[in-house]
Amino acid sequence: MAKGVKPRVRVPGKAAKGEIIEIKTLISHNMESGRRKGKDGKLIPRSIINKMEVTFNGKPVFTADWHPAISANPYMSFFAKVEESGEFAFKWTDDDGSIYEKTAKITVG
Amino acid sequence: MSTKQALSALSRREALLLAAGATIVAAGGVVLKSGTAHADQKMVDEAVMKLIGDKKPAEGKITLELPQIAENGNTVPVGVTVDSPMTADNYVKVVHLFADGNPAPEVASLHFTPMSGKASASTRIRLAGTQNIVAVAEMSDGSVFRAQQEVKVTIGGCGG
Amino acid sequence: MKTNWNRITLIAAACAVCVGVFATSANATDWGPYQVDDRRSGYTYMTDESRAMQVDSFQNPGMIWVEQGADLWNETNGKAGKSCASCHGDATESMKGVAARYPVYDEKAKKLQNVETRINTCLEKNMQAEPYKWESKEMLSMTTFINNQSLGMPVDVKIDGAAAEWYEKGKAFYYERRGQLDMACKHCHEDNAGGIIRANTLSQGQANGFPTYRLKWQKVGSLHRRFRGCNKQVRSAPFGNGSDEYLALELYVKWRGRGLPVETPAVRN
Repeated sequence: MAKGVKPRVRVPGKAAKGEIIEIKTLISHNMESGRRKGKDGKLIPRSIINKMEVTFNGKPVFTADWHPAISANPYMSFFAKVEESGEFAFKWTDDDGSIYEKTAKITVG
Repeated sequence: MSTKQALSALSRREALLLAAGATIVAAGGVVLKSGTAHADQKMVDEAVMKLIGDKKPAEGKITLELPQIAENGNTVPVGVTVDSPMTADNYVKVVHLFADGNPAPEVASLHFTPMSGKASASTRIRLAGTQNIVAVAEMSDGSVFRAQQEVKVTIGGCGG
Repeated sequence: MKTNWNRITLIAAACAVCVGVFATSANATDWGPYQVDDRRSGYTYMTDESRAMQVDSFQNPGMIWVEQGADLWNETNGKAGKSCASCHGDATESMKGVAARYPVYDEKAKKLQNVETRINTCLEKNMQAEPYKWESKEMLSMTTFINNQSLGMPVDVKIDGAAAEWYEKGKAFYYERRGQLDMACKHCHEDNAGGIIRANTLSQGQANGFPTYRLKWQKVGSLHRRFRGCNKQVRSAPFGNGSDEYLALELYVKWRGRGLPVETPAVRN
């Protein structure tokens, strides 16, 4: 895949100290399972994003390991408790070694 | 003549033959299905053991949010929430999701931290047919919980 | 009675497509803008989960194509050194309403233009660029982006004047039986909307949500791709993407859904 992969994230711009916020992510990817046959009758090789890692100011918040059972254009939502202003960093790792990244800032106070 | 009229005008003999045909087709489907490799409860148990060892999971604490009937097996929304204070010394480390009727049982492993605030996440998954979704949660104190829920997946109609 | 095998074969073939088609929905839900008189958006035939996926602009996977289209809009392309934005400026202003009123009759081209053919005319003539292939990532991104600018606006296509001839052609297509199953569009979408076809619910076949993110496709697809799929399912040779037949049908089907809101990118099964 690697080319033209588009990550989207939604993080609230502001939050109160200690608030638990919901974060939503969506990334464009076929998530080819490796079990589908192409027009030539041959198996299309597996090609998925296998990991999504999220940190806040460098500290781990949430990590997901994905298998081929995750739908195309993977969606993932989760929560984070924010105690200070800072930056969320999102990182997706592709089977082919490609890394897709995105960041989002939040003001707390 | 419309199909509706055609059906109501079926003779008993024709209807019986048609029914017999349908049964053969259905039986063929079953044979085909059992010929295709897919996971089962045993494979799920093995996958669980690989990830958490031989710990015995307890019931409770986990809530799975799944449709009873999925619109399409390609994209089934799933949410999982584990009851936990999510403090530095008492939190959910990981929730593993499995599907016992897919070609491979593993679906996802969701790793939380006390910074997650809430052990809750949702995603969308592929289900090859009607089956159970199994969630196994491992807590920071080493205890393990398990929950499961069935999702019915209908076959796509229009050329599906 | 002598068994009529030919008849059984025919009926069985029809059943493969039509089992359960005859259940009708006695649903009295208030669908708000998604229903106008007896015209119901495909939205009303989806499950709660799929509807939730559509209306949350973040969860909606079709929004990926909208964002890709927004990038393309500002990209310089072709020998004229122009982007779409060079002439059309801010798409949120200039493209608003396009999806509600298209397809339209183009006096210069002397034919009906839908959003796809209009984009390619622009690319070739004004930008001196290569036209997009119909179901390409670029075309789907651009059409999804453009149509999304009319989100919520009621469909209002012109069927008088020079468009009248196209409307009539499209209407004739809709009611014409075709393929080995000898079925017209109307057999499923007018006579049996709300019924079950194998395991799926039949809708009225409205066009207001296209390009649509289909769960089955796992991506966004055009209305003409859907037409081709339908034609193949009744075992009839499909027409080409952008063909006069499908342009005319697009106008007629859009008219059938007049007043329904533009939902691009809709989420459908």
